[in-house]
This record gives sequence, C-alpha cells and structure tokens, in this order.
Amino acid sequence: MSRAGAIAAALRQKVGKALALLQGDGQADRVVPPTGFTARLTLFTAGAMAFLAVFALALSLATGRVANRWSQELARSATLRISAPADQRAAQTAKALEVLESTPGIASARALSDEEQKALLAPWLGVDLPLENLPVPVLIEVVESGGLDVEGLKQRLAGEVPGAVYDDHSRWRAPLVRAASRLRLMGLVALGLIALSMAAMITLAAGSALAANARVIATLRLVGARDVYIARAFVRRFTQRALLGAAVGTALAMLAIALMPRAETTGGFLTGLGFTGAGWLLPLLVPILAAITAFWATRAAAFRSLRQVT
Amino acid sequence: MRVIELENVAYSYGGGELLSDISLRLAPGSFHFLTGPSGAGKSTLLKLCYLELAPTAGRVQLFERPSEGYSRDEVARARQRIGVVHQDCQFLDHLPLAENIALPLTVAGRDVEAERGNIAELLRWVGLEAHADALPPSLSGGERQRAALARAVVMSPDIVLADEPTGNVDWEMGQRLLQLLVELNKMGKTILVATHDLTLIRTAKSKVAARVLRISKRRLQLAGADL
Repeated sequence: MSRAGAIAAALRQKVGKALALLQGDGQADRVVPPTGFTARLTLFTAGAMAFLAVFALALSLATGRVANRWSQELARSATLRISAPADQRAAQTAKALEVLESTPGIASARALSDEEQKALLAPWLGVDLPLENLPVPVLIEVVESGGLDVEGLKQRLAGEVPGAVYDDHSRWRAPLVRAASRLRLMGLVALGLIALSMAAMITLAAGSALAANARVIATLRLVGARDVYIARAFVRRFTQRALLGAAVGTALAMLAIALMPRAETTGGFLTGLGFTGAGWLLPLLVPILAAITAFWATRAAAFRSLRQVT
Repeated sequence: MRVIELENVAYSYGGGELLSDISLRLAPGSFHFLTGPSGAGKSTLLKLCYLELAPTAGRVQLFERPSEGYSRDEVARARQRIGVVHQDCQFLDHLPLAENIALPLTVAGRDVEAERGNIAELLRWVGLEAHADALPPSLSGGERQRAALARAVVMSPDIVLADEPTGNVDWEMGQRLLQLLVELNKMGKTILVATHDLTLIRTAKSKVAARVLRISKRRLQLAGADL
C-alpha cells in the first residue's frame, strides 16, 4: 500500500472510530447511570462557549479584513499637499500634476475640488465654509501603481513645486494596521481562552460525574471492566453533550450575526462584524472542536480518576 | 498447578500489620474455607487474591503469574476469570437484576442478547427468575447474595471468591447458597469462601472435601479437627 493509501486508511479508521463513539453503544452506555445535573451543566457550558466562540471568530475575521483593507488601500494611495500663496496655488498645482503624471509608478493624480475639500472639513468647521477666505492647502489625491521611487519624487517636487509636501500615509497607516492586527490576535486569544475554559468546565463536570459514580466504577472494575471501557462510557456521554450544546450555541450565534445590520446600509466598523462567503463555513467547526475538547478533557479526567481505583 | 498462590505475604494498613507471613496455594477444583474472627483480615486476604490490594511484603501469583507483572488491563482480564461475591453485594442500582447479572458479559464485550437463555437459566438456578426485572434496592439481603453469586459465575470463571456469602441471610438461605457453591465446585471451579459461620463450614464438610484455614494473630493456619 502506498504512503497516501496508508494515511487514507488510517484516517478512515479514525473517522470510523469517532462516528462509532458518537453513535454510542447501547449496552455499554447503560452501565453509567444518567446524571441530570452534569448533563445540563455540560450542555449549557458547551452552548454558551460556542456562542462566544462564534462571536470571537467573527470579530477576528472582521478585524482581519479591516486590517487587510486598510493596509492595501492606504499602501496604494498618497496625498500631495500644496501650501502656497493664493496667486501661486493654481500654477503650483498644475506643475505638481505635471510632475506626478510624468513620474513612473503613479497610476493617477487628481486635485480635489472645492466641494470635496469642503466635505472633508465639514465635520469640524461646518457645511457653509468660505473656503476661498481660508488658507486651506490644495490637496492632490495620488494613486500609486507600484514601483514608485518616493524619495526621487520628493526631491523633484522640492525643486519644482516648493510648496508641495508628499504624504504617503505611512505615518498613520502603520499604527492603524497594527491596531487592527492586534485586535485580530486578541480575537484568536479569546477563542483559545474559550476553548480552555470549556475544557476546564467539562473537566469539572466529568470529575463530578466520576466522583458521584465511584461505586459504579468500583463495581465495574470488580467484574472485570477495563479502564478504557469505563472511561469510554463517560467520554461518549460528555462528547455527545458538548457536540449537541455547541451545535445549538453555534446555530444561535450564526443567526444573531446574520441578523446584525449590514455594513453597506449603515456604514461603520462594528456593522462589518460577520462572515462573508465561505467564511460562513468556519463556525461549523466550532461544535466539532468543542466535541474534540470534551473528548480529551473527559478522557484525561476519567483516567486520572480511574488510577485511584484498583 | 496453582490458580492462586500467596508466598510469605504481609499486608499493613494504617501503620499496623494486618496479615503476616501468609502462604496459601489454591489448586484448580479445590474448596477452601477461610475463617477467623471479625477484623482478622479475611476480606483483605480475598482482596489480595483478586488483586484489589497489593501485598506490602511477599508475593502473590495469580494464574501462575506474579501479581506485580499485571497491568491494569491484565488485572481486568484476570478478574473476568474470577467470580467475586462481595460482602456488600455491589450492584448497579439503576439496572434491572438480569442486566446486573449480565454485567461481566457486558464489560467483556460479549453479546448479551445471545446469552439471554443462559442468564434466565442462572436466575432459575439461584431462584430469582421472578425478579429478573427488579431493581437491586428492592431485593432482600438473601436475594442480593444469591444474585451476587449468579453474577460471579455468569462468565463461567475458574475461581469463585465469596466474602461472607451467608452474612445477611437466614439459616435456610445460607444452606441454599452453600449448596450452590458445592455445585459449582463439582463443576470444577476453585472455591474460596471467607466466613465466620462455623455451622456452615461443618455442613459443607459433610458434602464436599473442603479445607478450612483460619486467620489467627495475623497468620494463616490449618484449622483443627474441631471443624
């Protein structure tokens, strides 16, 4: 058998085992009495943690998108500011546009109209702004196409357009992108903490169930039950509960996110919180990861507890 | 051949020595009684035999293998060859009696459905066929003792270890349980019964060639002719 075939066979075996675990074993499952409290606790914990995990995932993805967008958009754009006496402004603006248009790496350059500048200043100075009476610099929006020699351009502008200042936004772009990236990292850390909290809660619930069933475990050992048989009865139960609770929590969180206002209707960063396209498939991993977490947490708790029984 | 062998075994608990220099050899098909006053260490000795306890000195061999060589899984498999009638008759209270009796089959991964007939036969043998669906807490002491015996033999074990099997029952029921143990011995099973009921031992000796061992002052000795 080829290496790929062997891996596929091993994978099939693992998946088969996982499905068998979820399917359960009617006879074996009955040996452990039903535990109402820990069952409800596990279901609720898994549901709540899955709900939070989906939101953390959405936050992480949204901040990732924002960081990428800011990074890409700002990296491609720059602003040329011309502060010159009123009688020289038009001539310097024309000269600057000429320089920019003849510079390799510049896709387009366009001077903002008075209306656009008024719109930019309106949030601070009001809508009826007498722009002609104010020493407002001319702004030229520059879109780069790549390969631009920024230092060379600055030197040319300094020689030919003395009032021009070229700003490629790097000064304020970097902290913004860094903040968005940090926010994405915090989303991922939150996901990790949620997974650890769920593991801790399930470990406590499993420990409680194991302690409550100490007599059952002793009886099972007495009649020849192997540790793995006893552990499996608990592991199966907690894995099924975590999967079910997390599935419900995930479904509710996805519904809540789907019902959030859309970014394009209201604008703003927070309304962009959500999934796009294939991103909607990612939350479906949460119940599976919850089940895997429950499986290992319960298994570890069960074997730790069984070591105390001869 | 020895199914169980204890060699110079000692067991200490809470700073004091409970058993000292115990040597015991159980041959296949033998019948032994273990007697002694309450607290003498009879239950402890049985627990050493089915590896629930480990000796603090000496050596225990089970099925001709030293106990220290057994992994936890091997202990479990060995216990599938040993039927234990525990003093307090441990059952799973949420399962009906028939399922409790089938428990050793269930944990061994055997097809319990295929063994339904055998389980029904076993229930008849111990006189509990009418209680197959009853939950253990609803049974009397004697019924629980008989059920424990049925569970102990459902896997057709090589050895039956019974700890005070007649402790909670009247004389008539005690005789009935004894008869079941004698029948098992005649089927070739090795029997070790811990009891302080001397009447039971005297009755048994008239039915089966049983050896009587007594724990006295932490040591094991062959009981005298008075038994």
